[in-house]
Amino acid sequence: MRPIRVWAYFLVFARTYMRNRVGLFFSLVFPIILILLFGAIFSNTGSVTVDLYVQDLDGGSALSHSFISALNATGVFSVHLVSPSVGNLSSWLSTNGYTTGLVIPLGFQSSYISHVPVRVVLYTDPAQTSTAGIAQSAVNGVVSEFNLQATGQSAPEVGVVGLNVGSHTYQYVDYLVPGLIGFSILVAPMFSMVNLSSQYKKAKLFRQLSLTPLTRGEWLLASILWFIVMVFASTLVMLAVGRGAFHSTVEPDALTFAFLLAGPVLFVSLGLLLGTVSKTPESAAVVGNLVTFPMMFLSGTFFPVSLFPDYLQKVALVLPLYYVVDGLNNTMVFQHTSAALVDLAVVLALAAIFFLAAIRAFRWQEQ
Amino acid sequence: MGDSVIEVQGLVKRYGPLAAVDGIDLEVRSGEVFAFLGPNGAGKTTTVEVLEGIRPRSAGSVRVLGHDPWKDRAKLQRRVGVIPQDFTFFDKITPVESIQFYGRLFDKRPDPTRLLREVELEEKADDAFEKLSGGQKQKLGLALALVNDPEVLFLDEPTTGLDPQARRAIWDVMRALRRGGRTIFLTTHYLEEAETLADRVGIIDHGKIVALGTPEEIITRFGRRPRLRIEGSPAIAERLRGEWSGEVQVEDGRTLVEIRTKEDVLAVLQLVERSGLPWSEVATQKDTLEDVFIRLVGRMSEGTVGTKDRRAGPPVARVKGVP
Ligand SMILES: Nc1ncnc2c1ncn2[C@@H]1O[C@H](COP(=O)(O)OP(=O)(O)OP(=O)(O)O)[C@@H](O)[C@H]1O
Ligand SMILES: [Mg+2]
Repeated sequence: MRPIRVWAYFLVFARTYMRNRVGLFFSLVFPIILILLFGAIFSNTGSVTVDLYVQDLDGGSALSHSFISALNATGVFSVHLVSPSVGNLSSWLSTNGYTTGLVIPLGFQSSYISHVPVRVVLYTDPAQTSTAGIAQSAVNGVVSEFNLQATGQSAPEVGVVGLNVGSHTYQYVDYLVPGLIGFSILVAPMFSMVNLSSQYKKAKLFRQLSLTPLTRGEWLLASILWFIVMVFASTLVMLAVGRGAFHSTVEPDALTFAFLLAGPVLFVSLGLLLGTVSKTPESAAVVGNLVTFPMMFLSGTFFPVSLFPDYLQKVALVLPLYYVVDGLNNTMVFQHTSAALVDLAVVLALAAIFFLAAIRAFRWQEQ
Repeated sequence: MGDSVIEVQGLVKRYGPLAAVDGIDLEVRSGEVFAFLGPNGAGKTTTVEVLEGIRPRSAGSVRVLGHDPWKDRAKLQRRVGVIPQDFTFFDKITPVESIQFYGRLFDKRPDPTRLLREVELEEKADDAFEKLSGGQKQKLGLALALVNDPEVLFLDEPTTGLDPQARRAIWDVMRALRRGGRTIFLTTHYLEEAETLADRVGIIDHGKIVALGTPEEIITRFGRRPRLRIEGSPAIAERLRGEWSGEVQVEDGRTLVEIRTKEDVLAVLQLVERSGLPWSEVATQKDTLEDVFIRLVGRMSEGTVGTKDRRAGPPVARVKGVP
């Protein structure tokens, strides 16, 4: 293993890629188009009203009344009152198949007046991403209005009404950013490598390289490095577009980087493997599509897998990309580090298996 | 000529049932230009690829610079340069970038401008490979083969498809390399190329070597005796068959008379003159490598370009036909 040789082929590959435009389109431009498209379709739901089930445990105090009127006045909600006697609102919501609810706690008014922090609880279904996002921001708006009025009084301590939501809610775009990062980890390496390995064979470029000291390992490593660069670039672009266009709040962290490094190893190797075992460029293209397209749609790239029917969720579990996207979601969106580490372990194991299999199956020489 | 650089004994290469190379022996010595001739599908490329170490052999022993090319490929790569048949490279990469790429792979600091000037490609230095013409691509192949300053060069049809000027430019490079003491193993369909460049020639057909030696040796061994060619009435041949002791043939309407000595020429001409039959031109004719090649191989391979015009020697007499 000589770094200079890895660098030599890296340069050749990078130049070929940059001058080819098609690869660049799939790596950078296409994901941007997708994030803009999906983001626009699914985030722009302002005209929709959300059915909000409100349980007022403060016994119809004056303040809870005005809070409910304020919610009504946003125009976002169609408010339905739920009797305190139904008990736990969360289970009542799921029993009835409703998605969004709010609990005004006992002592809401008295706490407010005496400037003791108090929390209303918002329940949303994280799968209904756009509804959840709308509900959260509208309730937030009403809460800050009330806080403002509270500070407007001349009381020395400032009363704060905290807002606690049933589970943290996320916007659709918060799923879309990691999903599309997963998309670029998959698509460009797979299509390029499947295509390239049969093309190189046909154009006898492998024969040409086999006449030089470049080794297969160095060659594969250089290809992987290039796609890591591309994946980092598209991740930066995706984060920027998500933030700029849709106010996404997801942030990359150390674990995110681990996925950005391991993902290309996995899919460059898998692409090479598929291209190598196929006899002709035509069959390579077919096999490549058969593997890539289901993964592209069923791994949670465009929609959270939790939205899928059960049997499709089971299908997702056998797709390598699922663990990349799930891991990115776990670390970037939910901050579930332990779950993300499990995903990372799966990705690393698959990457190692495919890397070794590709190196083993792939030969420069003809027999 | 020095020590032997390439030694091949009983080399066999099978593709399934086909023995593409069927037990060949040859030796190439240091500083020699060896030309490997043969019709399409004879087994030239297969042999060369085995020597380069990019194809395993089925049987036989092969040594290149003392190494087994298949097992010691890594060691050999640094000391040999190769132009494969139908050389191709990365479409979007320019000649200069290609040479730099090879330089990094081989741990050399080549001067791209000098190398490209040497093969007369300097004006295309910064054009993508896909934009080069067939001959220009071939020239880049030669430049790349020289990057690692090799002791032995394997050139598989390096001038196929080149215009005559470009071919001569490559020949000049090969001559310079030979003067520099490199050993060159060349395959070609151009018999003229083999005749002008090669110290020794091997002719292969159906995987077997049918002739091996210097061009002169091969012509002497396998060629026919010199002939006197007479352009004129076909009746001349009839007449001579009765009167001349040597062989008399008719080829393309011309009479060919076997001769052994200078005196034979005059004797035949006197016989012709005495017959009173009309003739216009006579010339002596010797077999060329191409004649031998065709006789040995029994057919002209599709790509083989002959040297037809050179077949005839200079006319020894040119006389207006007697009316
Ligand atoms: N990879 C292969 N698999 C099967 N048969 C092959 C393969 N390569 C070559 N052959 C066969 O081996 C024989 C020799 O081929 P080779 O390429 O060595 O010929 P060549 O002398 O270089 O011909 P040309 O002058 O056309 O380049 C041919 O009959 C060819 O069909
Ligand atoms: Mg050949």
